[in-house]
Amino acid sequence: MLNLSQKKVEMPEQEPNVRNKNFDEVAIGYTAEMAVEEAQRCFRCKKPLCIEGCPVKVKIPEFIGLVAERKFEEAYHKIQETSSLPAVCGRVCPQESQCEARCVRHNKGEPVAIGRLERFVADWYRKHGRKETPLPEPNGKKVAVVGAGPAGLTCAGDLAKKGYAVTVFEAFHTPGGVLVYGIPEFRLPKEIVKAEIDKLKEIGVTIMTDMVIGKVLSVEELLTDEGFDAVFIGTGAGLPSFMGIEGENLNGVYSANEFLTRINLMKAYRFPEYDTPIRIGKKVAVIGGGNVAMDAARCAKRLGAEQVSIVYRRGADEMPARSEEIQHAKDEGVIFELLCNPIRILGTDDGWIEQMECIRMELGTPDSSGRKSVTKIEGSEFCMDVDTVIVAIGQSPNPLIRSTTPDLETNSRGCIVVKEETGETSKQGVYAGGDAVTGAATVILAMGAGKTAAQAMDEYLADEKTEKE
Amino acid sequence: MFPIIRKEILNDTVSLIEVKAPYVARKAEPGQFIILRIDEQGERVPFTIADFDRDRGTVTVIFQIVGQTTRRLNQLGAGDALLDFVGPLGKASELEEFKSVAVIGGGLGTAIAYPQAKKLHQMGAKVDMINGFRNQDMIILKDACRESCSNLYIMTDDGSNGQQGFVTQKLEELLKAGKHYDAVIAIGPLVMMRAVSELTRPYGIKTIVSMNSIMIDGTGMCGGCRVTVDGETKFACVDGPDFDGHLVDFDEAIRRSKVFAKEERQATEHLCRLEGMNHA
Repeated sequence: MLNLSQKKVEMPEQEPNVRNKNFDEVAIGYTAEMAVEEAQRCFRCKKPLCIEGCPVKVKIPEFIGLVAERKFEEAYHKIQETSSLPAVCGRVCPQESQCEARCVRHNKGEPVAIGRLERFVADWYRKHGRKETPLPEPNGKKVAVVGAGPAGLTCAGDLAKKGYAVTVFEAFHTPGGVLVYGIPEFRLPKEIVKAEIDKLKEIGVTIMTDMVIGKVLSVEELLTDEGFDAVFIGTGAGLPSFMGIEGENLNGVYSANEFLTRINLMKAYRFPEYDTPIRIGKKVAVIGGGNVAMDAARCAKRLGAEQVSIVYRRGADEMPARSEEIQHAKDEGVIFELLCNPIRILGTDDGWIEQMECIRMELGTPDSSGRKSVTKIEGSEFCMDVDTVIVAIGQSPNPLIRSTTPDLETNSRGCIVVKEETGETSKQGVYAGGDAVTGAATVILAMGAGKTAAQAMDEYLADEKTEKE
Repeated sequence: MFPIIRKEILNDTVSLIEVKAPYVARKAEPGQFIILRIDEQGERVPFTIADFDRDRGTVTVIFQIVGQTTRRLNQLGAGDALLDFVGPLGKASELEEFKSVAVIGGGLGTAIAYPQAKKLHQMGAKVDMINGFRNQDMIILKDACRESCSNLYIMTDDGSNGQQGFVTQKLEELLKAGKHYDAVIAIGPLVMMRAVSELTRPYGIKTIVSMNSIMIDGTGMCGGCRVTVDGETKFACVDGPDFDGHLVDFDEAIRRSKVFAKEERQATEHLCRLEGMNHA
């Protein structure tokens, strides 16, 4: 039975004025009835374009077909064939520019809500699924994964399923990478990330936290002293960028990384029950227009700031954040100061922020990347009263690995250089993927890279084995 | 978990813990630090490595009870364990080139200055150590320091032990008497490190200070530990913690050290209330 509605079944959400005061998940999720109704909107195309839009090639029409038949358990296993973190992807993937962008129903009306259905299936399985995780047959090979974020966890899961003994080294005390330190609870509950990681442990993945590779052990030592046959580096883009303007080191200026890590990983929103503090102030400005900026602004709102503004130097159409995140932020009362660029931050005598001076910008012609250039409007300077500034203008890869692995080739931006089709680096037996290679990108692209590398590592180690014999 | 295998109370407010952390102990060098977290509710707090024993697989940390974490840490003893213990972080001190060095420890800073003096002494450098404390009761590591230098000078604010005065007075005295140093290593409160740096500046003596900034991850990720050095923003966790004292913007560092002063008081009150409830 086909559902010809041009609109997606609506996602139940917490009311904006309720949710902007709590950290509970904003989107509540489909009921089984809603999921079945939405699944019936899928045409099950013979040549499904949606799959082409998915970096990990989830068998979308097949799993949606199973949802329509209420075979939720089977639907989950169908997704699992290619994706290791469906509950995460269903929540944080930019479906609107990937699978859903290619959906034929999008030609007339809204595309099928693939993301919402994926989330429903994963959540259903977490609650009702049968726990059966057949332990893979060990193949006698050891692989080290550096970084327990989306790229590393995907790579670890895929290799463990093939029988490798996988150890994941994580610098923080909790695995998950950006899923736990960056993305807030209200967008991705940490309990869901934990459940996904527990599944990896069940299939034999060892996770060693508190291990800063590059300090406690080098990549070289992993391959020699520690006896790993191959290494995957998925260390992400952890180095925060600052604007380089006057006053950036005043008290009350945070990098988005620091602000979000305090809140998400260290649970500063539950201070003083948790020891880690955060200081919000009354007026908060978040610099930047990406998803990280939206997350920071929405956190600040929830922590009681009276006024939270996104300050972005380009216009609404240029904002890199997902439209859904921008809309959520607006609904929750975040103000958007667009075409506005900070020039300097002014402080009190004892070093606290008081004001931020900005200049108005105007859009010009598109540059070589297709993004419209912006120019200052001379004489348009003005001051905003602020007591907290959060800098969310991007991150680049952390230098710890490259500075301690001399034979690992990196580019001028500090990104690890790899062969795109395999994730192979310049160092034999070492593969890399995710933000450490691309610079800050998305969870799903990192997962795709982890998957590609796992495949290539399996082939490399199989060849190596044959050579030795 | 990381077991505490030894605890020593050095004075009323300073304690030592030796923690079993074999991976960290294998790589630790003087000048580096670790980050620990007591339990699930705990904050990640950096402590400079006071000593390490590669054979025993242990790392020693000396702390002063100043806030929430150190107060809670001091409630633990041998047999307890820490949830997290990460390191070694930061760059090791570069000590090789020095032949004659003044190593200065201010209060708890003595605990961090000590491994540096010890290593220099072992490498054959001539080491003068000047350690300053508020009073006689606050003195720590006197014997250990004496064994790690040629001359040990103790200074107390009230004259209850050693000479009365600040460490800078002793250093100035030695310099005026014609003592030559290749370098001065000063570790202690920011105001003390600033005073030492100002004193050595006209003499042109290389002065190394150790910045114990507020940070979360200790790997360059949060940027909370920003410190301005020679007009440039550096991260104490990965670019330091050692910096050239003549180039550090101490005024900014002192302001930044107070970012969470209010919250720190709030946390202490919270802890006191909880303890009060337990005692009731």
